[in-house]
Amino acid sequence: MTAITYREAMRQAIREALVRDDRVFVMGEDVGHYGGCYAVTLGLLEEFGPERIRDTPLSESAFVGAGIGAALGGMRPIVEIMTVNFSLLALDQIMNNAATLLYMSGGQFNVPLVIRMATGAGRQVAAQHSHSLEGWFAHIPGLRILAPATVEDARGMLWPALCDPDPVLIFEHAMLYNVEGDLADEATLVDIDKAAIRRGGKDVTIIAYGGTLRTALGAAEQLATEGVEAEVIDLRCLRPLDTPTIVASVARTHRAVVVDEGWRSGSLSAEVAARITEEVFYDLDAPVARVCSVEVPMPYAKHLEDEAIPQVADVVAAVRGLGA
Amino acid sequence: MTKAAAVGQSGAESGAAGGDRGVHLLREMLRIRRFEECCVELYSRAEIRGFLHLGIGEEACAVGVMEALSPDDAVVSTYREHGHALARGLSMRAIMAELEGKVEGCSRGRGGSMHLFDAATRFYGGNAIVAGGLPLAVGVALADHLQGRSRVTACFFGDGAVAEGEFHESMNLSELWHLPVLFCCENNLYAMGTALKYTESETDLSLKAASYRIPARVVDGMDVLAVEAAAREATQAIRGGGGPQFLELRTYRFRAHSMYDPDRYRDKAEIEGWKERDPIPALVAQLTASGALGEGGLDRLEAEIAVEVDDAVAFAEAGTYEPLDDLERFVTSEAVPQEQTP
Repeated sequence: MTAITYREAMRQAIREALVRDDRVFVMGEDVGHYGGCYAVTLGLLEEFGPERIRDTPLSESAFVGAGIGAALGGMRPIVEIMTVNFSLLALDQIMNNAATLLYMSGGQFNVPLVIRMATGAGRQVAAQHSHSLEGWFAHIPGLRILAPATVEDARGMLWPALCDPDPVLIFEHAMLYNVEGDLADEATLVDIDKAAIRRGGKDVTIIAYGGTLRTALGAAEQLATEGVEAEVIDLRCLRPLDTPTIVASVARTHRAVVVDEGWRSGSLSAEVAARITEEVFYDLDAPVARVCSVEVPMPYAKHLEDEAIPQVADVVAAVRGLGA
Repeated sequence: MTKAAAVGQSGAESGAAGGDRGVHLLREMLRIRRFEECCVELYSRAEIRGFLHLGIGEEACAVGVMEALSPDDAVVSTYREHGHALARGLSMRAIMAELEGKVEGCSRGRGGSMHLFDAATRFYGGNAIVAGGLPLAVGVALADHLQGRSRVTACFFGDGAVAEGEFHESMNLSELWHLPVLFCCENNLYAMGTALKYTESETDLSLKAASYRIPARVVDGMDVLAVEAAAREATQAIRGGGGPQFLELRTYRFRAHSMYDPDRYRDKAEIEGWKERDPIPALVAQLTASGALGEGGLDRLEAEIAVEVDDAVAFAEAGTYEPLDDLERFVTSEAVPQEQTP
């Protein structure tokens, strides 16, 4: 085992893909000479050259669309969008082309494209760099949405995403890049279809993903000192959702709390809660609870930002509220 | 030729309509015209529904450009693309079946008039988001560039697309990366129902492309020989490693924007004026004068095309509807797998 940061794990994954497959290339804003806004691609320009590590203009729609076109033309592009709020400038290409071409063409044109982007709050960068919009993208048929929450997933999700014949969006929570974790020396394949149970427990199921996994695990830790055994599920893949893993857990624990950094209304947490009530309603001992971001554009001041996003104490309180 | 000098009326001489070649061009334009006239009838009989955008009057653009492409090249088109698809070599049967929503259609009835696709001819679809196809074309060309293939991607769009950010982003990126894209702007003077002069501060569209250092020229889009000549020059330059080229094809649609459009915004005299420049009679006259089209030649062409159109309609009408069980097929790929062979 080697201790490694999430950032380094992601860089290793990209590097490995570039070495392994000539069709893979990287493009996005500041990925080359700058080394990546979050330094994920640092050093790759020097190693692989400007044909494969392509700095783009600030033209999200054009370079995402070019990624789609290049995928149609037989390449395996990795497109980096600096941050989730900027992905809105490319929404036309993601929704109207990447997600739609296979269906609209009657199965003729699949789009083997990977788009990576940073998401989430916590760095005091206010209301145009901090939101968690992955739930929106998870609404769209034709896309696969991944949210690596661990170093192992940061290292292991990219290659299977590149092997997927259809578009995959990878959301990397910005607060995770510096987090260290242990990685097996032999890289292992990770499954991009299944949720993972990150902690076993029998009293309540806490469902989280991406940046909120650490919050959920922190809450579980604290609850354990009070004698409450929380099971923690990391969704990992937000579309398609691994409903069987979720409902099987809730059927055992009879209580569920969904933690989502997105806004509550119309969120991914709403979808997860709905599936639980659809499938295991009669196994529930309490209503499904949710811990989401407060419905405000993300504020700059630290105390306000902290208040706006799910914290360990909020999750603990939600679990207590269920009488677990 | 400097890039600045490339702006302006095409230097390409409108070539003489040499014998069989000219007749071929005429045939292709007539196929499109008669096909679309048939579509109007089918629409009025409710056999075609949804949006139907006709390119009647604009046939020379599709035919002239396609003549300059080879089978390996790619085409990215718009929602007004029946002509592009036919000229590119999609079968009239498959297009008509698509318009009738049949599974035998070129998109299995999933796309309809606006979304014709065909992998065999590298026809990457009618894109109904104005300018949405431009970034795609840049990417298809990027794939060719990265794989060292000498291919051209022809990208069609209308004058309305020029107002979109995706147009400007794509101009810049394609020239910055020197990619093999042939941008074909079919300027029919109206973005749906609003005249160019009401939407653009600069109505000379070739200047916009030239400002990105893309060689750009204005071409008479009502003259198929002029379009063909300009497209051949442009594709030659692209194949020679010259980066993208831009053709502004000045054309006009004789009919309304779509079947829903009452066409209140165009002056009748303007429409009639453009009809006098109809590319089909113009070429017929030229071919007749040169003797390439002998006595009865036009009638024979018309008869052959009528047979093809009738056959396409019969094929579409005999077609079947995709089973409801297939509704969710192709949201994602069915098998992981086959590497795409572009």
